[in-house]
Amino acid sequence: MTSTTTTISRFQKLIEKNQVIVSSRRKMTNAIMLSITGVMTLLAIIPLFWIVGYVVFKGGQYINLDFFIHTPRPLGMEGGGVLNAIQGTLIVAGLASLIAIPPAVLAAFYAANNPNTPLGIALRFSTDVLSGVPSIVIGLFTYAVLVKPMGHYSGFAGGVAMAILMLPTIIRTTEEMLKLVPHTLREASLGLGAPEWKTSLSVVLPAALNGIITGFLLAIARAAGETAPLLFTALGNERYDLGLIVQSGIAQKQGIFEIFRRVFDQPVDSLPLTLWKYAQQPYPERIEQSWAAALVLMIVILLINIFARLWVEYRKRRLQG
Amino acid sequence: MDKVNLSAGVQGNTMTKYIRTLPETHWLTRLRRAILHGDLPWKWIIIAAALLVMILILAVGEMLWRESVDARTTFGFGFLTPTKDPSWDPVNDEFQAWPFIYGTLLTSIAALILALPISIGIAIFMAELCPAWLRLPLNWLVELLAAIPSVVYGLWGVFVFLPLVVTPIATGLFDVFGSVPVIGSLFTGPVPVSGASRLGAAFILTIMIIPTITAVTRDVLLAIPNSQREASLALGSTQWETIWKVLLPYGLSGILGAVILGLGRALGETMAVTMVIGNSIEGSASLLRPGYTMASIIANEFAEAVTKLHSESLIEIGLVLFFMTLILNMIARLLVWNVARRTPQEARI
Repeated sequence: MTSTTTTISRFQKLIEKNQVIVSSRRKMTNAIMLSITGVMTLLAIIPLFWIVGYVVFKGGQYINLDFFIHTPRPLGMEGGGVLNAIQGTLIVAGLASLIAIPPAVLAAFYAANNPNTPLGIALRFSTDVLSGVPSIVIGLFTYAVLVKPMGHYSGFAGGVAMAILMLPTIIRTTEEMLKLVPHTLREASLGLGAPEWKTSLSVVLPAALNGIITGFLLAIARAAGETAPLLFTALGNERYDLGLIVQSGIAQKQGIFEIFRRVFDQPVDSLPLTLWKYAQQPYPERIEQSWAAALVLMIVILLINIFARLWVEYRKRRLQG
Repeated sequence: MDKVNLSAGVQGNTMTKYIRTLPETHWLTRLRRAILHGDLPWKWIIIAAALLVMILILAVGEMLWRESVDARTTFGFGFLTPTKDPSWDPVNDEFQAWPFIYGTLLTSIAALILALPISIGIAIFMAELCPAWLRLPLNWLVELLAAIPSVVYGLWGVFVFLPLVVTPIATGLFDVFGSVPVIGSLFTGPVPVSGASRLGAAFILTIMIIPTITAVTRDVLLAIPNSQREASLALGSTQWETIWKVLLPYGLSGILGAVILGLGRALGETMAVTMVIGNSIEGSASLLRPGYTMASIIANEFAEAVTKLHSESLIEIGLVLFFMTLILNMIARLLVWNVARRTPQEARI
C-alpha cells in the first residue's frame, strides 16, 4: 500500500516538473512530422493527376481519325494529321531496338556471370553513369559521329541516338532477370556437356525472357518520349510518308534495297518532335494538334509502363507462391 | 566429337595439320579446342559487349572534345568564367557561355532545394509509415511521374502551370523580396506576363526530379537493418525521432547520392525547360526573369547554327554539360554503392 502511494506521488512530482508535458510535446512533434510526410506524398501525386487529366481533357477534344491517317496539311486547310510522325516514331524506335538489344543482352550476360571481376564492376558502374548522361549530349555525339560524316540527317542517326539511350536500361533489367534464373538450370545444362554459349542462349535466356521483354518495353517507352536526341539526328520531316516511298519504289521497279535506302537516308519526324514544334507556333490549330499528339504519346507510354509493371508483379507473385 | 569436327572443315590447312601432331596438353591444342567448342569466341563476344559501354562514354567525351577545338582555342577559359556583360553574338562570332551556365546552375539548385524535402518526405512515408498494400501503388504513381515524356511536361507547363501557378507565386515573391538588399537581386522584376521564367523552369524541374530522389532515398531507407529501428524505439524514441535521429543519419551518404543524382538529372533536362524558361539572353541574375540553360541553348540553336564557331561553341557547352553530369553521377553512384555495401541486406539501385 505504501509503495503504491510513493509511486503515485513520484508521478505527481514528475507532472510538477513538466516532464509529462515534455513527452506530450514529443508526441505532438511526432504526429505533426509524420503527417507532413503524408502531405508531401499527396503534393507530389497532384501534378501527375493534373497533367494526365488535363492532357486527356484537351487532347480528347481535338483528336480524330484524320490525325492518324493523314500527313500534315498546309496551315489554313481543314484536316491533316501526323501520320509522318507516327511512322517516324515507329521507324526510329524499331531501329533503336534492333541496334540496342544484341549488345545490351550480351553485356548483361557478362555482368550477371562475372559480378565481382574488375570488368564486371566497371561495367555496372559505367552503365549507371551512361544512364545519367543528358540526352541532348547523346544527340550532339550522334550528330558528330553519324550525321556530319554522312552529310545528311536521317532516321538511322535518330535510331542510333535512341539506342544509346536505351542501352543502360536494357542492360540493368536483363542483368537482374538473368540473376534470378536458378543456378541448377545452368549447372544441369553444363553438366550435360553443353558449351557455355549454348547454355546461356538456349537455357538461361529463355528462362529469363519474360523479364527481359518487360525491361525492354520500359526502355522503349522511355526512349519513345525523348525529343532532345532527335533534334539534330532525325531532325523532322513533314513530307515523310512510308506508303508513298514504298509505292514509288515498287512503281519504278527500283527494288527492295532502294526502298530501304530511302527509308534510312531521309530525315524523319517523330511524335514528340512534332509536339514540340507545333507547341511553339502561334496558330491555334497547330496547338490543338500538339495536345492531341501529347495525348497519344502519353497514353501509349503510360499503358506500356502499367502493362510492364503489372506483368512483373504477376510473375513475381507466381514465382514466390 | 572433337575428331569429327577436326577433320570436317579444315582439311588442307597446314596449321591444323601441325596442331594435330602436338600432344593433348599443348596450349595450341587447347586453344583450338576452345574455339571449336565455342566457349572462347563467346567469352570474347560478351567481353566486347561489356567494353562497348565504357568505350561509348569515352567516345562521347573524345568526340565532343575534338569537335569543339576551334571554340576552345579561340575563347579559352574566358568562355566559361563569370562576366558582367556576356556576349552571345553569332553575327560577330563572339560567344561566352556564362549566362547559360548560370541559368542551369540556378534553376537546378532551386529545383533541388524544393524537391529535397518533398522527396525525403515521400520516401519516409513509403518506407516507414504506409501500410503494405499502399506501398506498391504509391511506388507506381511516383514512377509514372518519371515516365511522362519531357515534352508533355513542357506543353502542360506553358499552357497551364505557368499562368495558373508560377505567375502568382513569382509576383508574390517579387512583392516580398524584390526590395530586400542582398537577396533582392535574385528577385528583381518585372515578372513576365506569361510566367515564362527561371522560376517556372525550377518548378517543372522539381516535379521531374522528385521520382529520382524518392526512389533512391526509399531504397536506402529500406536497406537499413531493422535492429537500428528496434534499438531506437526500445530506448523510448518516438517514431519520428527514430527516423530523424537514427535512420536519416545512418543513410546519409546514400541520400546525398540521391540528391546528386537528382542534380545531374536537373542539369541535363532539356525539352521541358526549353519550353518554359522563356529563352532570353540578358544580363539579369533574377530568378523571376526569363533565361536560358545550357541544354536549352543547344536545343534551340544547334540545328540552325550560323557559323562554324557558333556550332563549335554549342558543342563546347555540350562538353561542359557532359563533364558536369559525368562527375556528379560518378560521385553519386559511389556514395549509393557505399551504403548498399555497408548493409547486409541488398539495396540495388
